[in-house]
Amino acid sequence: MINMYEVSETNKMIEHENLDVRTITLGISLLDCIDSDLDELNRKIYDKITRTAENLVAVGADIEKEFGIPIVNKRISVTPIALIGGAACRTPEDFVTIARTLDRAAQTVGVNFIGGYSALVSKGMTKSDENLIRSIPQALSETERICSSVNVGSTKTGIDMDAVRLCGEMVKAAAEATKERDSLGCAKLVIFCNAPDDNPFMAGAFLGVTEGDAVINVGVSGPGVVKKALEEVRGKGFEELCETIKKTAFKVTRVGQLVAGEASKRLGIPFGIVDLSLAPTPAVGDSVAEILEEIGLERVGAPGTTAALALLNDQVKKGGVMASSYVGGLSGAFIPVSEDQGMIDAVHAGSLSLEKLEAMTCVCSVGLDMIAIPGKTSAATISGIIADEMAIGMVNQKTTAVRLIPVIGKDVGDTAEFGGLLGYAPIMPVNEFGCEAFISRKGRIPAPIHSFKN
Amino acid sequence: MKKCIVTVLGKDTVGIVAKVCTYLAENQINILDISQTIIQGYFNMMVIADVTGLEKDFTVLCDEMEKLGEEIGVSIRCQREEIFEKMHRL
Repeated sequence: MINMYEVSETNKMIEHENLDVRTITLGISLLDCIDSDLDELNRKIYDKITRTAENLVAVGADIEKEFGIPIVNKRISVTPIALIGGAACRTPEDFVTIARTLDRAAQTVGVNFIGGYSALVSKGMTKSDENLIRSIPQALSETERICSSVNVGSTKTGIDMDAVRLCGEMVKAAAEATKERDSLGCAKLVIFCNAPDDNPFMAGAFLGVTEGDAVINVGVSGPGVVKKALEEVRGKGFEELCETIKKTAFKVTRVGQLVAGEASKRLGIPFGIVDLSLAPTPAVGDSVAEILEEIGLERVGAPGTTAALALLNDQVKKGGVMASSYVGGLSGAFIPVSEDQGMIDAVHAGSLSLEKLEAMTCVCSVGLDMIAIPGKTSAATISGIIADEMAIGMVNQKTTAVRLIPVIGKDVGDTAEFGGLLGYAPIMPVNEFGCEAFISRKGRIPAPIHSFKN
Repeated sequence: MKKCIVTVLGKDTVGIVAKVCTYLAENQINILDISQTIIQGYFNMMVIADVTGLEKDFTVLCDEMEKLGEEIGVSIRCQREEIFEKMHRL
């Protein structure tokens, strides 16, 4: 039988170390809503989402209370809208009507974000894909809950540089369209390479076409729990360090598995995956940067950071894999800047640069995340940063992503405020040399060779 | 059998065990195991109970126990056993 020590350990994690389930994300396929009439399409989408997700928030709240574990977000992901709207939408404005419908459906069922305003264009864009991408700035500025993503590359197909160029322009346009809110629109736009079909985390969540009609995916969290556990092994060898991370990740993931199973049973919707990511929040004691510092770095960004992060990421996966029947999504440590107090402090202290963050993304999920850059940064430079990050994902057969916020009207030394879980971020300097001629080339970067690994 | 774990934490005072146990009994909840200590004047109790016979909704039980805690001046949490079982047992 469970003893007092075990009960108090679990409850201490919840009360003092910010253990929570970060999100229950209900994936809903919209493939059966496709219609050539735009009004009919919008009606079907609204009906399907509000019908399928009717009880999501209430069930989440019940589980939260009965098990005593906070479930921070209840969210929805849908099939990439570029595929759903293709038959009905002739212009970017037509796609915006779908964004409004999704926003309204999300509001009706009470979720704070709905992901899947997306296009998958890793090898090329259809007219519909292009219209959707061009509609993103307007869609993000006119809605509250929509999250958008574009997959522009993969290990198998290479990188669609036409899409990378267009996405750079759209990031800039989304920043302009939401400039009175510190370019908040860009915080809801992710550019991916090797995007997973079952990611429960926003802003990059969508439900891939290989998935079933509806599915429950769960994202756990627990940077604070890992940090606290590591305080016990200060000065010990790598073996103890790694074992401690693994054991902690196991415990954290078991909670995710339990919640996923319960949600699936109560909603009558199949369980998909648990995402093992360590997801920080701006709250003190809920930071991935603090874990890296506990491992032995004076500040994140110091030499040794990439190695420490590689170790952390790998041990989290090793511990988590056994704790869940199905693992998927992004599964790794997130290193967003604005959503992690330790990262923000490291930027302020001058320890963490964009280039070091790029190196860190080679060994962890997911990419250059929630980084505020000067508003004057050109679209071509943004595309260049995107291309670099996509290349890392393509060559290393991993998911990478870019969520940059060029904060219009602000420059290095200023701070952008996004509020809530999105946090705040100091504006980071960007290399000012140009890449105009590279980005303006047409076509795509071919897929890499998978032999002669060096 | 459906089990729950009740934890009570707070400053020690007369009648905590009595009030918690009375509430459980009134709700057809059978106590399976109970352990209690006082650490530096702080009352610390854990009860493992069988809630199979519970007639009301489990979330209502959680709310009422929390309210009872407020009345006594301690913190009372009531959670389904599975969260501990999952985390600490293979």
